[in-house]
Amino acid sequence: MRYLPKSPAEREAMLAEIGVSGINDLFSSVPEEYRLTHDLAIPRQMGESEIVDYFKQAAAHNANGYSSFLGAGAYRHYRPVIIDSLVQRGEFLTSYTPYQAEITQGTLQAIFEFQTMICELTGMDIANASMYDGSTGAAEAVMMAVRITGRGDVLVARTVHPEYREVMQTYAQHQGHVAHELAYGEDGRVDLKALDQSLTENTACVLVQSPNFFGLIEDIPAIADIVHKKGALLIVSIAEAVSLGIVRPPVEADIVSLEAQSFGVALSYGGPYCGVIAAKEKYLRQMPGRLVGETKDKHGRRGFVLTLSTREQHIRREKATSNICTNQALVALMTTIFLTVYGKEGIKELAQQNLAKAHYAVGALSRHGKLLFAGTPRFHEFVLETDEAPEQLNARLLDHKIIGGLSLARWYPELGNATLWCATELTTREQIDQAAAILAEAPVAAAVR
Amino acid sequence: MATIAEPISEKAFTGTPRKVTAHITQNEALMFEKSSPGKKGYKLPPLDVPEVDAQALLGSAARESTGALPELSEIEIIRHFTRLSTWNYAIDLGMYPLGSCTMKYNPRVNEYVSRLEGIAEAHPYQPESLSQGALQVIKSLQECLLEITGMDAITLQPAAGAHGEFTGILLVRAYHQSRGNPRKTIIIPDSAHGTNPATAAICGYQVVNLKSNAQGGIDVAALEALVNEDTAALMLTNPSTIGVFEHQIHKIADVLHARGALLYMDGANMNALVGKTRPGDFGVDVMHLNLHKTFSTPHGGGGPGSGPVACKKILEPFLPTPVVAESSDGTLHFNYNRPQSVGRVRMFYGNFGMFVRALAYILANGPDGLRQTTEDAVLNANYIRAKLEDLYELPYKTPSMHEVVFSDRRQVRNGIKTGDLAKRLIDYGFHPYTTSFPLIVPGALMIEPTESESREELDLFIDAMRQIAREAEENPQLILDAPHSTRISRLDETGAARKPILRWKPNTE
Ligand SMILES: Cc1ncc(COP(=O)(O)O)c(C=O)c1O
Repeated sequence: MRYLPKSPAEREAMLAEIGVSGINDLFSSVPEEYRLTHDLAIPRQMGESEIVDYFKQAAAHNANGYSSFLGAGAYRHYRPVIIDSLVQRGEFLTSYTPYQAEITQGTLQAIFEFQTMICELTGMDIANASMYDGSTGAAEAVMMAVRITGRGDVLVARTVHPEYREVMQTYAQHQGHVAHELAYGEDGRVDLKALDQSLTENTACVLVQSPNFFGLIEDIPAIADIVHKKGALLIVSIAEAVSLGIVRPPVEADIVSLEAQSFGVALSYGGPYCGVIAAKEKYLRQMPGRLVGETKDKHGRRGFVLTLSTREQHIRREKATSNICTNQALVALMTTIFLTVYGKEGIKELAQQNLAKAHYAVGALSRHGKLLFAGTPRFHEFVLETDEAPEQLNARLLDHKIIGGLSLARWYPELGNATLWCATELTTREQIDQAAAILAEAPVAAAVR
Repeated sequence: MATIAEPISEKAFTGTPRKVTAHITQNEALMFEKSSPGKKGYKLPPLDVPEVDAQALLGSAARESTGALPELSEIEIIRHFTRLSTWNYAIDLGMYPLGSCTMKYNPRVNEYVSRLEGIAEAHPYQPESLSQGALQVIKSLQECLLEITGMDAITLQPAAGAHGEFTGILLVRAYHQSRGNPRKTIIIPDSAHGTNPATAAICGYQVVNLKSNAQGGIDVAALEALVNEDTAALMLTNPSTIGVFEHQIHKIADVLHARGALLYMDGANMNALVGKTRPGDFGVDVMHLNLHKTFSTPHGGGGPGSGPVACKKILEPFLPTPVVAESSDGTLHFNYNRPQSVGRVRMFYGNFGMFVRALAYILANGPDGLRQTTEDAVLNANYIRAKLEDLYELPYKTPSMHEVVFSDRRQVRNGIKTGDLAKRLIDYGFHPYTTSFPLIVPGALMIEPTESESREELDLFIDAMRQIAREAEENPQLILDAPHSTRISRLDETGAARKPILRWKPNTE
């Protein structure tokens, strides 16, 4: 086996030095009746070229050469080449959690830089070293708010990503807190009146997403006012991190839960991505996950360490703020490199391009359908209502190698034939025009299928 | 720069590291300190649609400033992160014997195949008809993992070990609930990893602590006394965190099952079992695996991981939504209609990129390679044990599997603790072993070499540990001041926690 650095003779010699006669002597503590006496029924050992072929074939059975208007929590942005060059350096790729600070300063400093940039972008005071993803991050943020307030009710906007809400529900069910859904109004955003009426003395927090699942920007200052009046906390979830280049950060929030996939992380069929929780400084002790802090060595040189670990499971066990241990460090490094590449001006310009593309797409596509929530400010996603059923519409688009908008029927049946479209800097005018032309074709063509 | 192992007195013994020579590393400031206005590391193509006025479109929601993000050119960015990388130790540089972490070689073909365009650019919501390759990867990996564990059903959704524990205990809870009563407690041995009790708590269970027996294993009589109608499950790590197989495993399972409780296995130590024995055969009801340990996906400085949960038939109805299913025409799809499911534990389908890597690893090994891997991992741990047990205290003499746990008892007499020995090991060119647990061994040295070490590397490690043992006797201050060869010396952790500085600010420094 080519990964194993031992010759048969070396194995024999080592067994002799240990003082056993054969390798199975070292497995003698496994009761005999449970010892496997046959090969596992898995594919035979393959050569490297066979492995590459196997996955090339798998890749060929996925979409290839399609233009796509999908977003909905996973966004297609350009990934600068140096991201993969740098994260594939073995010193980053093959090191563990930086428990031994003296020989992991590289990882530690990069995380410190990550925490700083997340704070700058979200307008929060502190940020952790990452969470699994945006959905579990939102769920942990809710648990954090429940601990802080000591209250048991949670209000979750229906405009939060439906899968985030499902995950939140899974986490909440045995925490003894109850999650209520908060309706959206005619403008596709949190209904402020309903919010005001739903808040009680027992509301721990309100979870909203901005830009929300329909791509619309929530009125965070107004929501925060209402929420804070009742002594509850406001959690803002951000699924499209690039929006922060042009959309005002939710500075009125108490906790921000960000999914940073848009910052240079491959779509990879849904993961690994990079969640992160940022918050106001006063909530530091309730923060889940790892934190890196600056300190000095005995010669006064600056260095970085994992810190405040008394919040964490390896010290506090069942009283920890979370059970998280392994997080998404390498993915957080990808986002750190991405943000360094784009920097202060680039992130703005990038977001501006996304805004422009989506604006153009709205103009082109809404001629052949109805743009829902038309007057509300949005980033780069929008909901289109069509006469034609989404399945038919998308089938026609697929014939032209275009993956159209995502049908919302599964989660929002009240919206009828609604599809969620996304345009990013990678979407070309030509692709938009082509999709619009296909939309314009008579649905009679679809009925033939 | 300090040279390696500067003798603090001429007479006292100072060891000679054979694996390393000091060399220069580059200094590098924080990226923010290197930034200057107008530098750029990016170039966007010209916009092919009309420009828009953000202020007009977004109104009061428009952002004014993007804050203190850096401005740097591409070469500076390359150097910045390359310099940082050289400050890290890594498996690619040498043995990384962190116990319980299974720091094995991360094959590069895994990285290559996970970046193939049709895989890396697959959108989670692209039509299932255009995702058959991805679905096939999921299905194939599931089948391999079921065969390896001997279990009946599996979910790949959890993102890491602790997330797998969470999912597994939710299954336990849903199972009991379906029988009318979720029960109240989870029994956890005092040797367990911290995530086990933390998980039980977030699943709404009380933790009942089980004291280990004199061999560091499960005290079956004590367990029997603890299990009752309130017990939902025992969370067992097997081999245990001291690297010992619970040879009474069937009795443990029987005791639990007799009272309707379930056996959960923390599969962190599966690298000791693959191809040699299967949890499904020895009575485990539900378990998690760590693809980032046993199945070679890279740790990446702390993640990402992947923590599949495998279970017996009785728990299958409760698995998270969705599950992969086969249609009558042979194509694959996701089934969302799972009325008894515990729900979703993560958006989309899990850390798919890790599935690709783990499957590539399994294919590269085959049944014979996986078995040899396990055998080599166990061989290496026992070799280290045989070569060091005369100098380091072995608190439990039970046979070791993939890791060996010593204690610092003999060195403590000279005021030297496991953490100090660990720091000195750095000077010898090794990443330290695990120092912080298991809690049943005060001052633990938890050493897991994995199969990836050659005999030469093991011998260097053993030589280092032996020289350090002598230094501890004859030159303790040298160890207390270690490491001597790193860019920075020991850091003020107390200060870091007392006055936390968790981000750079424009006005400091
Ligand atoms: C025995 C054991 N259980 C659970 C975990 C947690 O796994 P993860 O870090 O993947 O969440 C670890 C991690 O080191 C472990 O060693």
